[in-house]
Amino acid sequence: MTSFDAASPAAVTARGWGWRHAGRPRPAVSGLDLDIRPGERVLLLGPSGSGKSTLLHALAGVLGDSTSDSSAAGPSAAASADAEDSDETGSLLIDGSPPRARRGRAGLMQQDPETQVVLSRLGDDVAFGAENLAVPPADIWRRVAEALGDVGLGGLPLDHPTSALSGGQKQRLALAGILAMRPGLLLLDEPTANLDPAGVLEVRDAVGRCLDKTGATLVVVEHRVAVWKDLVDRLVVLQPGSAADSAVLLDGSPDQVLEQARDMLIAAGVWVPGHIPATRARRGVAEGIAGAGGAGSADTGPAQLLLAAEELAVSRERPRRTGLLRGFRTVPPAPVQSGITAQVRAGQALTITGPNGCGKSTFALTLAGLLAPVAGSVSATTELSAGAGIDPYKWKAQQLIARIGTVFQEPEHQFVTGRVLDELMFGPRHLGRGEERVDELLERLRLRDLVDANPYTLSGGEKRRLSVATVLAAHPQVLVLDEPTFGQDANTWAELASFLSELLDAGTAVVSVTHDVEFSQVLGGTELTLGAPQPGLPGRTNPGVAAP
Amino acid sequence: MRDTLTLRGNNALLTRANPLAKFSGVLLITVALALSIDWVSASVALAFELLLFPLAGLTLALLWQRGWPLILAAAVGGWSTAILAADHGRTLLDVGVWSISEGSLQLGLGFLLRGLAIALPAVLLMSCTDPTDLADALAQQAKLPHRFVLGTLAAMRLVGLMAEEWQTIGMARRARGVGSHGNPLQRLKATLGQSFGLLVQAVRRASRLAVTMEARGFGGAQRTWAREATFSRLDAWVVLGGVLIAGAAVAAAIGAGTWNMVFLGQQ
Repeated sequence: MTSFDAASPAAVTARGWGWRHAGRPRPAVSGLDLDIRPGERVLLLGPSGSGKSTLLHALAGVLGDSTSDSSAAGPSAAASADAEDSDETGSLLIDGSPPRARRGRAGLMQQDPETQVVLSRLGDDVAFGAENLAVPPADIWRRVAEALGDVGLGGLPLDHPTSALSGGQKQRLALAGILAMRPGLLLLDEPTANLDPAGVLEVRDAVGRCLDKTGATLVVVEHRVAVWKDLVDRLVVLQPGSAADSAVLLDGSPDQVLEQARDMLIAAGVWVPGHIPATRARRGVAEGIAGAGGAGSADTGPAQLLLAAEELAVSRERPRRTGLLRGFRTVPPAPVQSGITAQVRAGQALTITGPNGCGKSTFALTLAGLLAPVAGSVSATTELSAGAGIDPYKWKAQQLIARIGTVFQEPEHQFVTGRVLDELMFGPRHLGRGEERVDELLERLRLRDLVDANPYTLSGGEKRRLSVATVLAAHPQVLVLDEPTFGQDANTWAELASFLSELLDAGTAVVSVTHDVEFSQVLGGTELTLGAPQPGLPGRTNPGVAAP
Repeated sequence: MRDTLTLRGNNALLTRANPLAKFSGVLLITVALALSIDWVSASVALAFELLLFPLAGLTLALLWQRGWPLILAAAVGGWSTAILAADHGRTLLDVGVWSISEGSLQLGLGFLLRGLAIALPAVLLMSCTDPTDLADALAQQAKLPHRFVLGTLAAMRLVGLMAEEWQTIGMARRARGVGSHGNPLQRLKATLGQSFGLLVQAVRRASRLAVTMEARGFGGAQRTWAREATFSRLDAWVVLGGVLIAGAAVAAAIGAGTWNMVFLGQQ
């Protein structure tokens, strides 16, 4: 196909379309009737399980085989499955042909920035799609330069290492790789769910500029409506498949749909513009003044100190041993951040913020006794340590979990069993106590119906609730959370914020790394802002080798 | 950790040579050295190789950092040959069953030097060859299937990512109470659990990456190459260099009368 043909906006037509993934009893989508005109910009909404991602994958021509991410899950998904093939009904067409026959007509961006990058050099990665479409090499480099300029990465050398990019830059790089294919249809599957607020705007604005320039059709799935509302001209709400009903629940201009179905969308956990979900208020803390610090001063006196960081320098790297010639000395790694002083007090929240890559998570993990300090100290007061020693990093794992609980950004990293109930019982069983708390947590975090499920097969919100519950089951006095609200729908968000505010009032200290201003407002307490990462770290560029 | 496979900051001459030419040069030297266990051919080749270091942007410190397992293996091989080989000539050391004679020491030294002389070019090749360039040359010039070559290249990028993920999962599991302490069995169990966690993440990442690649049109029969892999005059010099080093090593050994063809079984 010529590049002229490929650059014209694409039309999408679905007639009674449905898809059932291989081995699943129910279809992910059924009875979908939808027409998208060339150049239209559509925001696709719907509760989880309504088949939004499936539709995007189908349009990208990558549905089939076993490429679906959700089906690559744990053993129980396969156990209940019969070995049947996937099943398609009705028709789904791009410009009148099946998507698989129109390779390169649609470009897909997914959620996880790490897997949107294919090659290790910036220019090569952008060229990859165009190469696959057999574009002549001379044209490819022209397209690469243009695409990088369009997404705002034109200032970087073509051999810039892709691993040195931030999350937002990686997503813009993916967009450039898609643009270099000159697609008529852009498909974005939660493109900003894993990004910090600056990254979200970076990507959104780059998408807007590129659409204005190319006129391509857009279908974006995202539950933060406010981010995309002004960029799209149509809002389509899908509902979970049942053969009797239509898959499309609502369809119209954003303002119209938001007005019609505001309450319904809010109930479904969609982030509706101008609506902050209701949460439980902290006891004794007036709303809206959080972040000003010193909630303790309003109380009867300073709260009990549990954990203190003193002139702390942090890094994820381990100390290095020098070679024979230098006498096997231990060289500490270069810190990402140093001179951090902070205090964690019972019943008080500490929020850690700062720009990307400034070492927020690294600091939190060091504070939580999971990384060794590079310099300075983390010390637990006797109130917290209860005989386990002053340095949390030296505590045994079982001593640690009963004192400081850490919830990682990716819940799956913390799953250690194959069943939700075992997952919750794991900590208490190893500590030999506290199983009664499990029951309370099951109830409170709405996990009762899921006790027998495999943790890996849960939805995003369920996984988040489970990961918080498993850590709390060990009864820690300090809870550390790394970006707990990333990519969560409004319902999970409100539940989590309310639950943590309750914990705080009950005397647990909560340390959270977050960009989420509303979230830290609910928790109140002190805010610690870390500065930009220290110089002298990466950034060695190689100006010598230029791409042809 | 993630960038150990890339050549950032290395602008040495040999980084611009074609990977296949470099590979041929290395192969020539390796074959010549594999023919004989003698210390003359090995030390001549080794001396030339050390001279080539600056051309590949390699220093002794970097060599040790990247090639220490090979260097250690060569040393161990040499040492055990010196101890275990049949003794002839004056005995230098005799401790019970272990004995080193002049003859066995010479053989051991030959073994050590040969090991080094064979290992070094491999390290040299690795340190001045970008994986992407290698993939380009393998697919375009050696005509290996591009799906296979590019699939491997993309997967290699994930290896560095997995190293970071391993560390994160280790911490995440400690935060669940799974320690790396205890008896060997408990530690083995903890490591197996961590490996399973990593495997799940690897499968997820790999399937997402596969979707990304497929969505960018990967897998079609026709494909163009933005970076055309070509041979240049430099590559002729690289191959010639390999011929010269191999030739010089063999000639020196024959001249010195130490040439000792392994396959002829001359003892």
